[in-house]
Amino acid sequence: MIDVFSELASHYNQYITVFLMVAGLYIVIARGNMVKKLVGLSLFQTSVYLLYISPAKIVGGTAPIVDPRFAVYSNPLPHVLILTAIVVGIATLALGLALVVRINEAYGSIEEDEIFERDQDH
Amino acid sequence: MLQHLPVLQVMVPLFGALVAALSRRPGPSWLVMTAASWIALAISVTLMHQVLTGGVISYHIGGWDPSLGIEYRVDVFSALILVLVSGIAAVSAPFAHRSVASEIPEDRIAWFYTMYLLALTGLLGIAITGDAFNAFVFLEVSSLSSYALIALGRDRRALVAAYQYLILGTIGATFYVIGVGFLYVTTGTLNLGLIGERLAAVESTRPVLTALAFITVGISLKLALFPLHVWLPNAYAYAPSTATVFLAATATKVAIYLFVRYLFTVFGDRFVFAELPIQQVLIVLSVAAIFGAGAVAIFQSDVKRMFAYSSVAQIGYITLGIAIATQTGLTGGIVHVINHGLIKGALFMALGAVALQVRHCHIEELAGLGQKMPLTMSALVVAGLGLIGVPGTVGFISKWYLIVASFEVGWWWLAVLIVASSLLTVVYVGRVVEAVWFREPSEVARGAREAPLSMLIPMWLLAGATVFFGIDANLTAGIAAKAAAALLGSPG
Repeated sequence: MIDVFSELASHYNQYITVFLMVAGLYIVIARGNMVKKLVGLSLFQTSVYLLYISPAKIVGGTAPIVDPRFAVYSNPLPHVLILTAIVVGIATLALGLALVVRINEAYGSIEEDEIFERDQDH
Repeated sequence: MLQHLPVLQVMVPLFGALVAALSRRPGPSWLVMTAASWIALAISVTLMHQVLTGGVISYHIGGWDPSLGIEYRVDVFSALILVLVSGIAAVSAPFAHRSVASEIPEDRIAWFYTMYLLALTGLLGIAITGDAFNAFVFLEVSSLSSYALIALGRDRRALVAAYQYLILGTIGATFYVIGVGFLYVTTGTLNLGLIGERLAAVESTRPVLTALAFITVGISLKLALFPLHVWLPNAYAYAPSTATVFLAATATKVAIYLFVRYLFTVFGDRFVFAELPIQQVLIVLSVAAIFGAGAVAIFQSDVKRMFAYSSVAQIGYITLGIAIATQTGLTGGIVHVINHGLIKGALFMALGAVALQVRHCHIEELAGLGQKMPLTMSALVVAGLGLIGVPGTVGFISKWYLIVASFEVGWWWLAVLIVASSLLTVVYVGRVVEAVWFREPSEVARGAREAPLSMLIPMWLLAGATVFFGIDANLTAGIAAKAAAALLGSPG
């Protein structure tokens, strides 16, 4: 029993990452509302930021600026990669929302099933 | 100057996109696009020449060692993809002028060319980079710009198609980046070659298998492997004609390049195919794609959508070649990447010329167009024959390699399936040819005129290439064989 708790406590960041990942992907698949889908997609992308940052951060580690007072440094590379991934995520979300605005103008709805119905009559 | 060609390959279209965006007017932005894509073609042909004579080119961005910085790596396979992508972009440039002017509102034309050049940047970047995360960034550059390109289509369904592609494309790219994360934590590097070397010691551990699973599924979404292809038919059908020509001929091909790179260079074919059941899965899915998508294509009334489904089927042949994973099989897969790019480029150009005259590509409206647009429709027939795989066209070369490869590994049933699947292609290409040449002109077709020369020349250039490389395949198949040999011989 204690083993389970210590496992959970020591890897809690991984469990949160996996939870966010699965929750985000589930929203994308299960929701028909196009804005909610984008929220799920964003959550899914964000979980990946955690996946990269967690192993890069060392407890007590500082920014990698060489200085005799510090011996332990965090790995800067994953942090920089995720900075790029955040920009990609923002661009995706912005483009997605812009498309939803245009879809709403063209169809008068952002529900997937209603949109498919309206194209059927067309 | 010459040693900086690898980085210029990507920088020229990138800065071209910036200039096109700043110019704001249709004419100048088209000139910038044309110039940038022809320069990109000249660079990729030079790179191909350098690789064939002097071996693999390794370019260190900013002078950093590959273990720390980003490496651009050009070998025969990536040079081949670079030539294909920039070649299609360059040939489409004159075609785009009239087509885009008729389909895109004037104030958006400069943005269209900006997105077009950004898509070109991303696709060239994926093919040239030797860095796993850099490939992700280029993947997103090309994807985001193609979502915008597709959304510019005239039909409102283009918006929904772009949205669906955005959702699935982003899931695919995120899966890919999750896989790369696992590889980085395991090996401590992002350089594809170095990951390959270091994986040998830790393969079959759980993080490596997880990485393989995520990367395989992620890239399969981008390359539209059946059944992850649902975004493709609508995206190709409703996109502006020029965007369809460019994306259909190049976008999925570059994803296939990345897929092959991971299977053979990073994870290593011995590990992937000998110890895991990926080969069986890929063969089943490829055959399902060939027959499933081919059958669906027969029942489409929108010709653009029909050829979009046909793309899914044709990707099946490519993944089949990859899955056989012998020298002949892989050569067949790689040569079909090129051949299918040429065929689909010519087909969608012909449909773009039709869209200029009759607006829609419904099969009823195409009836009798052969009398009004004989040159365009002849190009359609030539490319259609290539799609079927008639001897003397490029399609025959690809299928020949695939059939020989199936016999070499003793899977005669696979060879039978490949031949049988051509019958499906005969049916849907036959439907179009029958409507176009053997029916009375429809009402809209009566008013149609032959396409302008600026469209006919690029179209016939590609259609001619499908015949030329079908008769003399030494160039394409020879280079593809070299690429396959390098991939199979690579340690990892």
